[in-house]
Amino acid sequence: MTVALEVKGVNKRFGGLQALNDVNLLVDEGRIHAIIGPNGAGKSTLLNCFVGKLKPDSGTVLFNGQNLIGRLPHQINQAGVSRVFQTPEIFSDLTVLENVMIPALAHRDGIFELNALRPLRRETDIRTKAVDVLEDLGMEDKLDMTAASMSRGDKRRLEMAMGLVQEPKLLLLDEPTAGMSRADTNNTIDVLKHIGDSRGITMIIIEHDMHVVFSLADKISVLAQGTVIAEDIPQNIKGNPKVQEAYLGGAH
Amino acid sequence: MLGLNRNDFLMLLFVFVLVAAAPIFLNPFPEGSTFAQFNAGYPDLMQRFLIFGIFAIGFNILFGLTGYLSFGHAAFLGAGSYAGVWMLKLLTINVIPAIVVSTIVAGVFSLMIGYISLRRSGIYFSILTLAFAQMSFALAASVLTPITGGETGLQTTLSDPRILDGAAAGTGNIPAPSLFGLEMGHSWKVAVGDWLWTFNVGYYLCAFVLMIVFYISIRIFRSPFGMMLKAIKSNNERLSYTGISPRPYTLAAFVISGMYAGLAGGLMVSMDPLAGAERMQWTASGEVVLMTILGGVGTVVGPVLGAGIIKYFENIFSKINDGLLEQWFAFMPDGLADFMVTIVHPFVGKGWHLSLGLMFMLVVIFLPGGLVGGVTGLFRRLFRRRSH
Amino acid sequence: MELSALLLQVLNGLDKGSAYALIALGLTLIFGTLGVVNFAHGALFMIGAFCSVTVQRLLSLSTVTLDETKTDFLGRPLEVKTPYVESWFGESVGQAMIDWSVPLAILLAIPVMLLIGFVMERGLIKHFYKRPHSDQILVTFGLAIVLQEIIKAYFGANQIPAPAPSMFIGSFDFGQLVGFDPGVLMYPYWRIVYFLFAMLVIAAVFAFLQFTTFGMVVRAGMADRETVGLLGINIDKRFTIMFGIAAAVAGLAGVMYTPINSPSYTFGMDFLVISFVVVVVGGMGSLGGAVLAGFVLGILESFASMREVIEFIPGINQVVIYLAAVLILLARPRGLLGRKGVMES
Ligand SMILES: Nc1ncnc2c1ncn2[C@@H]1O[C@H](COP(=O)(O)OP(=O)(O)OP(=O)(O)O)[C@@H](O)[C@H]1O
Ligand SMILES: [Mg+2]
Repeated sequence: MTVALEVKGVNKRFGGLQALNDVNLLVDEGRIHAIIGPNGAGKSTLLNCFVGKLKPDSGTVLFNGQNLIGRLPHQINQAGVSRVFQTPEIFSDLTVLENVMIPALAHRDGIFELNALRPLRRETDIRTKAVDVLEDLGMEDKLDMTAASMSRGDKRRLEMAMGLVQEPKLLLLDEPTAGMSRADTNNTIDVLKHIGDSRGITMIIIEHDMHVVFSLADKISVLAQGTVIAEDIPQNIKGNPKVQEAYLGGAH
Repeated sequence: MLGLNRNDFLMLLFVFVLVAAAPIFLNPFPEGSTFAQFNAGYPDLMQRFLIFGIFAIGFNILFGLTGYLSFGHAAFLGAGSYAGVWMLKLLTINVIPAIVVSTIVAGVFSLMIGYISLRRSGIYFSILTLAFAQMSFALAASVLTPITGGETGLQTTLSDPRILDGAAAGTGNIPAPSLFGLEMGHSWKVAVGDWLWTFNVGYYLCAFVLMIVFYISIRIFRSPFGMMLKAIKSNNERLSYTGISPRPYTLAAFVISGMYAGLAGGLMVSMDPLAGAERMQWTASGEVVLMTILGGVGTVVGPVLGAGIIKYFENIFSKINDGLLEQWFAFMPDGLADFMVTIVHPFVGKGWHLSLGLMFMLVVIFLPGGLVGGVTGLFRRLFRRRSH
Repeated sequence: MELSALLLQVLNGLDKGSAYALIALGLTLIFGTLGVVNFAHGALFMIGAFCSVTVQRLLSLSTVTLDETKTDFLGRPLEVKTPYVESWFGESVGQAMIDWSVPLAILLAIPVMLLIGFVMERGLIKHFYKRPHSDQILVTFGLAIVLQEIIKAYFGANQIPAPAPSMFIGSFDFGQLVGFDPGVLMYPYWRIVYFLFAMLVIAAVFAFLQFTTFGMVVRAGMADRETVGLLGINIDKRFTIMFGIAAAVAGLAGVMYTPINSPSYTFGMDFLVISFVVVVVGGMGSLGGAVLAGFVLGILESFASMREVIEFIPGINQVVIYLAAVLILLARPRGLLGRKGVMES
């Protein structure tokens, strides 16, 4: 089994708060790895260190052997890492279809392409690809809607489409089903499972909804107060006393 | 058609008809009639409509699409003007080299200023562009006098070398800018009944150029590149997590709009071979900002409209004096006529700025999104109501 | 270069710097709290200046009486103008009032400017909080033009002098005070007054923001507008008052500036652009930054206009403010004292 992502000794401090404390993580290629933990545990902060939004104080993040630390966000994305944000980050003024065509174009054309005179309409390949992904997520009837006018759940699905359309090697999902209805959540689980199986995309998924976690994850890491307190296959995690303590003994 | 969808093609056609027939419908009132003052169909003014239209179309590619508000674009128009006059002085009185070179010079100039200014965003970017333009203005007016003619400005003279056609200027007057011998100032006048229409060579050259750059701007708006620019405006940061580097896109938009400005400058000196430093001042940069916002930021046709309206106010309202007012209201009883003249007086002639300021306010208050944006919004609301 | 000459340039920079700082202070308050780009702020400065002109004219309103004992050159009885204030308060008090019309104009300017500020905010600006900056620019620019034209209609297009009280006319021998020869370092009295006045106004604004609950909310609002809105504090009323104060500060800067430079209706626009530069160089949302940048740029401008400097770097006097702005913004992305995340999107 090859390792897709190797996180070694990552530390991050915000003023007096040790948000990440010597985090180590191994994510196997083609697997779905879940990170769970109470609110404020540092889960999103960890993803931020992967995509170049934050620079950790120390440690390395190796993706297929290359260090991601110190690289710019668009370089990391071009290396094959896509992210779905916790609070939807979309292009609110553009349509749903455009929102998905942009990452698709980025995937095909790279960080910059002066295609100023080619009509967008002629980009049929890109369009088809975007529509396909949106169809998978059940959004084919919303192509021309303005992204801003959608529900919270739809915005999440849209962002997921933006990630999936890039056919990334590594997909980072930060609470992808928060704010979705039960039915949409189940549909999302199916889509992710299907994509994970068929395309072999490696995924890191942060979730509070244990139904989602246990349906998808091959392996689970538990983060509490910036420290990885457990890492195991799903069946063993529930019974882990440290995990129970972190969830029950925490502020919640 | 032409790589455009139906609506865009119709709009292009509409603008084409508008521009081609402008000498006719901008003179709706017969010569010497009461309202002939409102006629705008004279070459000088019509050329200005188009030249500032080009300036604003280009500005809109930067501001309308990316949201980066430059307060220094007049510097590129000024640089283009100087480059254009130098071509007319050194090379030939034919306007083609002047127009081409002014576009290129402005492009290079905007590449330098844009490269530095785009290291910052938001208001910080605006102030950087303003600062560069103000420096250019001050330098052009003082230190750079050998190149710019300082405060008197730069113009063509008899003693210019004009290496390609200098001999032609050996005697007589300073040659007028021309297109292969066809002088820019040349006009055909056609009288139909009481109406007088003027068809001017320079105007139609401007019209030709405007149609081309307008077409290019529509293509840019509808291209993947244009979509990236809109994405920059919408969520710059997200774009970089999508694998796009926003900086080269914004820089490209900046340079394209700088080249449009330079082109406008080149046309300006082709119509009247004189360039002055005041063309670079912040008020000139501010004017194109206002034109774009007034017409509708980010709409394809708005900037042209905004440019036309502001230039119309500046040139027509400012010429209405009390004598004319009395003439218009002559049909009313004396007291009422005097009253009307008193009421209207502050808004016209020297007070035309007041009308302009009021119009700015009324447009933004009642038509958010400028003329085009506001009117489309109104229509959309009307139709939605009807469909319910 | 002599020390006294350098000192003189610092002093010369202070009055312009004071005006920049006062206008920028109001601009950044409006920017920071309301998120509005106010292009009409220069016009407020200009209206303040015309308060001086108005007060001077009001105080000089006169009754005309005929003095039969004297004749003019046509042999008619001589017309004697007696200002009302002289007939009401006696000759000496009346004359003193006319003489002091510029400082007295402060009394008129404060209520007038507050009122204009309130009306502007309630009637217009309020509706533009959520609109894009482009709309704010167009509407406030339009308003600035309208205000200018109204002033032009009443006062004409020419500059109108409004001099300082006679006791402040002339110069103070500043050099002698610090040990130079007499006459080396002369500094006009009124400029000292203007500087002290500016410091007073700035101190008052800072004290107000520092020591009142109102000020606390405003400062919190500048740091994080949305959160303060969520606290359920009645932001609307405070915004109105804030706008009024900003208008009053600009107006006061204008009132007292008239003896330095006679106002005309375009007075404000000249200051507006530089004030924007000042605000941004100081750092968006930073009041201290605005004041600091105002003085820094004012003094730099005055240095660059020295003959020795111009001979050394031709044209520097014209560009120094902008050059400094570029260098500062490139070295410090958010200006001198700006914070991250304020007004960047
Ligand atoms: N940019 C930042 N500056 C300062 N503190 C931060 C920053 N980002 C996160 N934090 C703090 O770091 C801690 C971890 O935050 P993080 O968002 O990573 O938690 P999380 O595990 O994703 O929680 P949740 O489940 O609520 O999303 C929190 O206490 C948060 O307040
Ligand atoms: Mg989180």
